[in-house]
Amino acid sequence: MKKHLGSLFINAITFIAVTFLVGTFFYSCTAQDEPAADKTAKVLEPIRIGVAGSHSGDLASFGIPAKRAAELVVAKRNAMAGINGRKIELVVEDDVCKPEIATNTATKLVTDKVHVVLGHICSGATKAALGIYKAENIVVMSPSATNPALTQSGDYPNFFRTIASDDEQARLEVDFALNTLKLKKIAVLHDKGDYGKGLAEYAKSFLEDDPRAQLVLYEGITPGAVDYSAVVQKIKRSRAQAVIFGGYHPEASKIITQMRKRGMKTIFISDDGVKDDTFIKVAGKYAEGAYATGPQDTSSNPLTIEATQAHKERYGEDFGAFFLNSYSATLALINALEKSCSTDYDDIVNALRTEYVATPVGIIRFDERGDAIGVGFSVYQVINGVYVEVK
Amino acid sequence: MEYFLELFLGGLTRGSIYALIALGYTMVYGIIQLINFAHGEIYMIGAFTALIIASVLTVAGFNQIAIILIAAMVAIIYSSAYGYTVEKIAYKPLRHAPRLSALISAIGMSLFLQNYVLLAQTSDFLPFPSLIPEFEFIKPYSHIIRSSEIVIFIVTAIVMVLLTFLIKFTKIGKAMRATAQDREMAMLTGVDVNRVISVTFIVGSGTAAIGGVLIASHIGQINFYIGFLAGLKAFIAAVLGGIGSIPGAVLGSLILGCTESFFTGYVSSDYEDVFAFLFLVTVLIFRPAGILGRSDTEKV
Amino acid sequence: MITFDEIKKSFMVCLWFMFLTFPIMVIRVNTVSNVIEWRWERLFIVGIGSFILSFIWRFALKKTQGDTKKAESEQSGHASFGQRVLKEPKIYIPAITIFAVFAILFPFIFSMYQINIMTTALIYVVIALGLNIVVGLAGLLDLGYVAFYAVGAYTYALLNYHFGINFWLVLPIGAAMGALFGIILGFPVLRLRGDYLAIVTLGFGEIIRLIMENWNEFSFGPSGIANIPKPGFFGVQFSLQSSAVYLYFLMIVMTIITVFVVTRLENSRIGRAWIALREDEIACQAMGIDIRKTKLTAFALGATWAGMGGVIFAAKTTFINPASFTFWESVIILCVVVLGGMGSIMGVILGAMTLILLPEYLRVFSEYRLLIFGAVLVLMMVFRPGGIVSNVRRKYKFQEHEG
Repeated sequence: MKKHLGSLFINAITFIAVTFLVGTFFYSCTAQDEPAADKTAKVLEPIRIGVAGSHSGDLASFGIPAKRAAELVVAKRNAMAGINGRKIELVVEDDVCKPEIATNTATKLVTDKVHVVLGHICSGATKAALGIYKAENIVVMSPSATNPALTQSGDYPNFFRTIASDDEQARLEVDFALNTLKLKKIAVLHDKGDYGKGLAEYAKSFLEDDPRAQLVLYEGITPGAVDYSAVVQKIKRSRAQAVIFGGYHPEASKIITQMRKRGMKTIFISDDGVKDDTFIKVAGKYAEGAYATGPQDTSSNPLTIEATQAHKERYGEDFGAFFLNSYSATLALINALEKSCSTDYDDIVNALRTEYVATPVGIIRFDERGDAIGVGFSVYQVINGVYVEVK
Repeated sequence: MEYFLELFLGGLTRGSIYALIALGYTMVYGIIQLINFAHGEIYMIGAFTALIIASVLTVAGFNQIAIILIAAMVAIIYSSAYGYTVEKIAYKPLRHAPRLSALISAIGMSLFLQNYVLLAQTSDFLPFPSLIPEFEFIKPYSHIIRSSEIVIFIVTAIVMVLLTFLIKFTKIGKAMRATAQDREMAMLTGVDVNRVISVTFIVGSGTAAIGGVLIASHIGQINFYIGFLAGLKAFIAAVLGGIGSIPGAVLGSLILGCTESFFTGYVSSDYEDVFAFLFLVTVLIFRPAGILGRSDTEKV
Repeated sequence: MITFDEIKKSFMVCLWFMFLTFPIMVIRVNTVSNVIEWRWERLFIVGIGSFILSFIWRFALKKTQGDTKKAESEQSGHASFGQRVLKEPKIYIPAITIFAVFAILFPFIFSMYQINIMTTALIYVVIALGLNIVVGLAGLLDLGYVAFYAVGAYTYALLNYHFGINFWLVLPIGAAMGALFGIILGFPVLRLRGDYLAIVTLGFGEIIRLIMENWNEFSFGPSGIANIPKPGFFGVQFSLQSSAVYLYFLMIVMTIITVFVVTRLENSRIGRAWIALREDEIACQAMGIDIRKTKLTAFALGATWAGMGGVIFAAKTTFINPASFTFWESVIILCVVVLGGMGSIMGVILGAMTLILLPEYLRVFSEYRLLIFGAVLVLMMVFRPGGIVSNVRRKYKFQEHEG
């Protein structure tokens, strides 16, 4: 009896594997039976919003706040009888910000018959998944995918976003540096990531095209490295008056801390990924005076205040990156679903383009390419430990 | 000239941190020929534990010096405990198994610990209080060097001295050397191999914890994922210096740190890691066992 | 059966774990929002959980080690019961037929999501079989295998972007590029042993990824290359649903070809040279085998499969960027080979299925996915270090004659 236990183990594994596969057979069969459902039953059928993003892995801190935003908005909406009497159901799937997993996530959401998708978080993952959503005529709205080609190429008519694309932000930062601060020597830094480098590339080309400016340094730093003193020394040696940084707040706070500790007075300008209170909390006193671009006028917006409070109550901490963008995107999607009274692709797209919706990032609607109109972007500065809009 | 000096000091800082982690890698490898992938996570756990204890103590109102010392102590104790436990669970049962199985187990453990901290704590980047006080006499030179860097150098040097003392002059050190040389023979001469292996893990994890606390103080923030890159670099440094050799680990780390720093400073930071690897390959072509490594003569 | 001694031991374990996990589990700190949360209930969960688990652990460990000892002392030339059963034609042929029928009907029964992940699993089977040649057969620990995968993917993406070359033409080119890079990697590492080889191959993998990431003019950097076309059928492009099915069948064919080729290689002269190399490099040299040629062939052939896999991967995902080709990918492919059982083809297939399908099925657990995955890796290695299907070395025994 004992002799066969080892081989029984193999057989057990095979059996489990087969059971799994058979199990999913039954699971997917029931999922496929849905279209035959009764028309009257459809009225009470929930509206499914897919939420795709990086909920685990190293970029989890950028995907989890977006997921929470959706959860908060939907919870509140469901408490008020949902959309036209239909409850909203969130289908949350992780894509770890990897393109190949994103395609799996997309096919899963499509199989689960979601009506619209909030996501993805990373431009790369979004690009990979969009083809699938496009073929299935599903509207996708991202709170954080900033690659310009997503809307500007025209390849993805089903894509919308509640965040400025890289070239807009870079334009704003460069204009601010040259026109407002009247600087000449500028260094551009990035974190070698999709978001940061994309923005830095645009900043670089804008600076190179402008005769008033001199691009003295263009470098990338490795996120998570143990020490950044070499790059900081390089910035110091280049005698740059300002550093334009493309990337997220962890690296930004490390760079600015190292710069200030060395007594460098270099002006620091960065992007949406840094306009986050975490940046100020982490960098502490060294964050003082740093600039970052972000959606206009959010702190006095009542919806922003409400969203902030809701997050604090439910999760016990302040919100993370792209939370407000995601909150706005969810509101926009729900608004379009409600105003169009249908879950049909063309109706939703039409509603998104024609109906205005009040969100934490502004009162917005979307243009022909999918970018949000009415989202103003301005430059903020850290003054006394708080981001203040620069007029 | 000043630029060169600054880059050099930056390189030494990096190198010291790599050294503190590389020591753990090299000691474990010397004893059981295992690349302990979970080692980077032990470093990360050290940093997190220090943060937790420091936060609690700050709320309780202790003074700064006490906080640093207690938090560091507790971090070292806990990291060592984690190292010990990981060895008992994931490596001990695999001591007679093929080496690759132990490697996969190490990888699994690394993944497990990363996500354990992620789920139990948070995915956010948490600011780490600068536990190292700013020394007054450094202020005028603060554009070249800062107190945290000086502390890192001094602590690394002390750890190096203590470790060498442990290995060379104590009984357990002798047992460790014997086990590293030939495990079966050591067992035959009465060495408690299990205990020696456990001590190795404990000491290695302890040094990693020190590294974790120091770097967290220096950089100012931690996150559940910091163990990965630091561990990888430290492992490369250990191999560069000759894996299994303690002075090799330190030398390799310092060389790696300085090489990276100079390359970034004089060429480009984009390709700094590429250069580090190419440098490693070149060294290994000329010295296949690392700089200070002994090529094991194989008896046929 | 449960003695007082064991209870005492488990109790100590329980106390140890409560102590160990105390800071991280119980005290939750967030220095951004300056919050400290004490969750004492977790302490009890850890305590009780570890108490129970330590019993199970000890029992399972004792059994595994008992089995291993018995396997060593017995005539280990005999395949295990399961493997012998599988070799019986009476069982073998119907089993294969059932699997074949299942495989063919699969895309028509299951949803697009299932087809998609099964195709991914099959891609991993193909590249893991390639790595199997390097690690399992030749015993060369390659931690940078993903480099060849990346080379294949970027070959297709770039050739298609610049010259519009279609999938079928690129497939052999991708294979050739893979082989080329395999040889490039092979040269510097010829002299290296064991873990030094591992670290250099790891470096190679990282170098390729970093070059792709930083050399924007060539590879478009982190933004990657999008709109890579899926394979067509004599110039006809498919719809989404159909192309998923098409890719699936493509992969089935690829897998069958790969299994066939790898089995033939294993039993050929070069295959035996690899196995000899793995077992004892010096003895191998003493027998007159050209080590350099053997190692280079191993790398080159192993990389060929990765190159092809990369081309198919690019076609399937339609978008690639360097983030898909990190060190973790190499690790996963290595895990597939080791978990499945080094050197055994059946094992690699099972390993790929388990490792790729498991995280997808674990989506139910969402946040705990990777945690469980890590734990599964450790557990599988501890309780079954030889892999799911351990490789049976063909042994020729001298039979004693009676009388």
